[in-house]
Amino acid sequence: MSKHHVTTTINGEPAEYLCEAQQTMLDVLRDELGLTGSKEGCSSGDCGACTIIVDGNITCSCLMLAVEAEGRAVTTIEGVADGDTLHPVQQKFLEHAALQCGFCTPGFIVAAKALLDSNPNPTEEEARYWLAGNLCRCTGYDKILRAVMDAAEVMRAQPAR
Amino acid sequence: MPRVNFSAPTTIDEAVAALAGASGLAKVLSGGTDLLVQLRSGRMRPELIVDTKRIPGLIGMREEGGKWIIGAATPGVMVSDNHAFDHDYPGIVEGMDLIGSQQIQGRASLAGNLCNASPAADSVPALIAARATCVVAGPSGARREVQVEAICTGPGRTSLAKGELIIEFHIPKPKAHQCDAYLRFIPRTEMDIAVVGCGINVTLDNSGTCVDARVVLGAVAPTTVIVEDAAKALIGNKLDDATLAKLDAAAQAAAKPISDKRGTIEYRTKVSGVLARRVAAIAFDRASKR
Amino acid sequence: MSSASEGLKVVGTRPIRPDGVEKVIGRAQFGADTVMPGMLWGKVKRSPHAHARIKSIDTSKAAALPGVKAVITAADFPNIASEEAFVGEGPMNFRDLSRNCMASDKALYDGHAVAAVAATSSAIADEALDLIEVEYEVLPHVIDVEEAMADNAPVLHDDLFTQGVEPKPTKPSNVAKKIGFAKGNIDEGWKEAEVTIERRYTTQPVHQGYIEPHACVVSVAPDGQCTIWSSSQGQFMVRAYCAKLLGTDIANIRAMAAEIGGGFGGKTLVYLEPLALAMAKKSGRPVKMVMSREEVFRGTGPTSGGVIEVKLGAKKDGRIVAAELVLKYQAGAFPGSPVGPGCMCGFAMYDLPHVKITGYDVVSNRPKVAAYRAPGAPISSFGVESCVDELARELKIDPLKLREINAAKDGTKTAHGPTFANVGYVQTLEAAKNHPHFNTPLGPNQGRGIASGFWFNIGGESSASCFVNEDGTVSIVEGNPDIGGSRAGMAMMAAETLGIAYERVRPIVADTASVGYTFLTGGSRVTFATGMAVTQAAQKVVVELKKRAAMIWDISPEAVDWRDGMAYPAGQNAGNFDPLSLADIAVKAGRTGGPITAEVSLNAQGAGPGFATHICDVEVDPETGHVKVLRYTAVQDVGRAIHPSYVEGQIQGGVAQGVGWALNEEYVYDKNGRLDNPGFLDYRMPVCSDMPMIEAVMVEVPNPRHPFGAKGVGEVPIVPPMAAVANAIADAVGTRMRHLPMSPPKLRAALDSEPMKVAAE
Repeated sequence: MSKHHVTTTINGEPAEYLCEAQQTMLDVLRDELGLTGSKEGCSSGDCGACTIIVDGNITCSCLMLAVEAEGRAVTTIEGVADGDTLHPVQQKFLEHAALQCGFCTPGFIVAAKALLDSNPNPTEEEARYWLAGNLCRCTGYDKILRAVMDAAEVMRAQPAR
Repeated sequence: MPRVNFSAPTTIDEAVAALAGASGLAKVLSGGTDLLVQLRSGRMRPELIVDTKRIPGLIGMREEGGKWIIGAATPGVMVSDNHAFDHDYPGIVEGMDLIGSQQIQGRASLAGNLCNASPAADSVPALIAARATCVVAGPSGARREVQVEAICTGPGRTSLAKGELIIEFHIPKPKAHQCDAYLRFIPRTEMDIAVVGCGINVTLDNSGTCVDARVVLGAVAPTTVIVEDAAKALIGNKLDDATLAKLDAAAQAAAKPISDKRGTIEYRTKVSGVLARRVAAIAFDRASKR
Repeated sequence: MSSASEGLKVVGTRPIRPDGVEKVIGRAQFGADTVMPGMLWGKVKRSPHAHARIKSIDTSKAAALPGVKAVITAADFPNIASEEAFVGEGPMNFRDLSRNCMASDKALYDGHAVAAVAATSSAIADEALDLIEVEYEVLPHVIDVEEAMADNAPVLHDDLFTQGVEPKPTKPSNVAKKIGFAKGNIDEGWKEAEVTIERRYTTQPVHQGYIEPHACVVSVAPDGQCTIWSSSQGQFMVRAYCAKLLGTDIANIRAMAAEIGGGFGGKTLVYLEPLALAMAKKSGRPVKMVMSREEVFRGTGPTSGGVIEVKLGAKKDGRIVAAELVLKYQAGAFPGSPVGPGCMCGFAMYDLPHVKITGYDVVSNRPKVAAYRAPGAPISSFGVESCVDELARELKIDPLKLREINAAKDGTKTAHGPTFANVGYVQTLEAAKNHPHFNTPLGPNQGRGIASGFWFNIGGESSASCFVNEDGTVSIVEGNPDIGGSRAGMAMMAAETLGIAYERVRPIVADTASVGYTFLTGGSRVTFATGMAVTQAAQKVVVELKKRAAMIWDISPEAVDWRDGMAYPAGQNAGNFDPLSLADIAVKAGRTGGPITAEVSLNAQGAGPGFATHICDVEVDPETGHVKVLRYTAVQDVGRAIHPSYVEGQIQGGVAQGVGWALNEEYVYDKNGRLDNPGFLDYRMPVCSDMPMIEAVMVEVPNPRHPFGAKGVGEVPIVPPMAAVANAIADAVGTRMRHLPMSPPKLRAALDSEPMKVAAE
């Protein structure tokens, strides 16, 4: 079984890799490309710690084969900040102490960024349901929600990024 | 994960040929949200995976000839975001929308949900209630159109032959005063498999009396159940307390669930009646406004 | 303390944690996020049987697979004598730990490790696991705690004889230990009582549910020196356990603390590290091991499930005069449930004249339990706090009032011995009563429950160093993995003590060779005990800074004052000098005696007790049995909040875990004793849309034994929620749920068997 050659875009940069068919996108991000910000919490799509954005939609990278990335545009947590300027969601996570252990944080931030990209003014309930695929065991979600809602407010007040 | 071969054809014929030519088990990959879990757990060990998402038409939806045509690999987000379809079939959208998280929605497809052949599949009851059909492609260019309810034959089993795959779903445009609804019961608010699911599609006359109905239950038998007696309880009636009571009883009678980690026989049976009543109320209300 | 608190500049504020940016950009390195050169991938072969004798293990085919570099079984580990260890949270027998990491003669639960392989890729390791042939003789198994106590139960350990009963049993059983506590004379108490109620409650084992699976990367050099990188609640704990299990000297192991993706007590022991070390030694190459989620559920600790029998006797005016508690806790496959703390915490909120408490530690064919947030207390408290609510309804006294009448105070002698001091319990009741939540009207099918909880909080051994850098910034070195923002607290206490800005202090969590011994992150001890070490180290630095300033000015050190990060001459007689900042002194350190540093190691005593009172509103769907938590307010005595946001976070997180424990979390075993729900899909932890905002109300009754008044805060928040939810359900629909989880099928069944009553008076 020969390896597949994949040409794709990761965090705005062209990327190429070789992978076996059964390797997940998460495996390749973490073990081949050194992008360990996406976390493996369950490998069954139930925890969201491996959330990435593929062609505008969030997805669990554990439920996507790496070969499927051919020709797609992938954003991972490593691509959320703009150089050394944090994304408002990242900044608000810090200010609101929305992370305790920090393991679920990358997945939450990627999912929350995608939420605010598609819905700049979510209700708390909309945000809670959007983020229901991201498990956090430390915070009880309170400060995460506050951070996301506050980031939404900041982003609405900013010119489009 | 065990090793596997992979193919991403760009035509239906290539996909069929790949599936038919595989020496071992060959699986279609659309969203992969069930398939990859099964691969990882070792419950399924295919020799070949065929990704259908690069075949033109397999992703997308359109109105044509008095019906909705939805590509088999169309992800949930695309179905939910189609406002015209949501207006026609809010119940199908509700079912699709309930499959997993937002992350899952970006990939999970109607065909995947159907062919995974779980009796608890959320998108299936409302599709069946809508009398949807699917087009199955097979070897040598063969195409057959079958009722959605004919696909699943038991948990994890389908009527598709080797080399066959679903390429699209056909759903008739609703008539005046026709609409649907879907609810499921889960212990949490999200991320669970349905303990009971119920999809109902009703057509009313101008007075609000039901002239046609289909009531479909999920997760209470080896496959989804079309509850004829529940439809009979609705047809010819308005949604009053007596009708609701008959509907509840018919749904409970039709439920033949098992006890497992998600619910007991007794509980699932009772909740079948509860959901049937609640879903009927929503469907009648919607239909009266269409 | 209040006058001191007014002068505080850093403590009590909410700065951004020092490790925050790395964590929001995905750069922080957790257990599975690192590699070592030439590294192999290790995987574990696990028993599919709940109870089976291992007749033989044939590893030859696996070992012959190309790419496989090591295969190990129990035969690769030294035989260890039975010996109690105190390096984790709660006692652990070294021999049992060794057997838990790798089964020897018997597999004792579904998921028990029986062999392991290391190979050049993860896929090859998986293939090799399938090639290991294990011949089992399947034995009868037992899952339930009371069934395990029965005379005819399958016995897990032939050498386990119940401790704590006289005469010593001659027959082995699954009851490892019987313990008891008493105060007053319980028979007198029953005589005094005017109202008596007796109830039985049960809870199910629940998993800590940390999102990061266990992971480690290790290497063993040819001379036997080991490096361990792993996610744990204590690198010193990892070092101690691994040294014992591998039979090597502690000095041969350097253990590093990866960032830890949640633990909640579940990472206070080892599973993978000894296996990885054994395979690294055997193969001569570094080994990485990462558990799957299924392995986490099947192979690692939950906390106990238990049976809680409560009997309360009271006067009609509400004074509880007699209280009896019988606890039966599941330990899993090896002895060591938290029944001891369960016994001690159950009645600790109350000042009771006559008490009798009995506890049983019981083994069964489940994973060995591990600590989980206030180990043991939530289980007994679910029973006690439910029963107190039932008593209040019986007496027609408001449940909060009943708690006020009986509340423990300073000077209350507990049933387990100690006399309380620095108790903030009444203050939590007062704050709950005065909170707007307490009197907000409820709608149909809605109810309100309150419940209280206690946790000891501990101190213990901690070390810290404080280094003044050449430019006047400061490095703090400590030894506790940061599980929820503790680096921020350490930097804040150091900055406050030194009088400099928070941003000028950077803390690191050091490896076992770079800081003195530090007991693990657990017991709600870090901010208290390690915070004390950090503060004392900073204080020693201040003394040194004053000495250096004195040297520069050529005056006596006693004539130097230290205020706001500056040295001042103490009054006119000391001389007239411009003040020297910490940075001024740092620059001159080389000329005044060398680097300015301090190290402190201590064994902190006097952790203040943790008390909390929670208010929970629920709405019940009577047709489906679904319970929605509408509103939650958690009041807690926190001593003094060093970083209030992270204190609130601890409270909110504990509440959410408690709500999961109350409503849906449980292990489902099939008839063969195999776990049927080893994943997040069917082990139903609360998701974002299940929870409301959680209001954390911090009551501050400062702890005089801590330099800033801190008490431990991390554990007590999980103690009250289960009873608070149950009490709220009873208030909503009049049905008393005495068995966890109160999942929809169970609540609907209870509602059907016990027709809805008008909500209690």
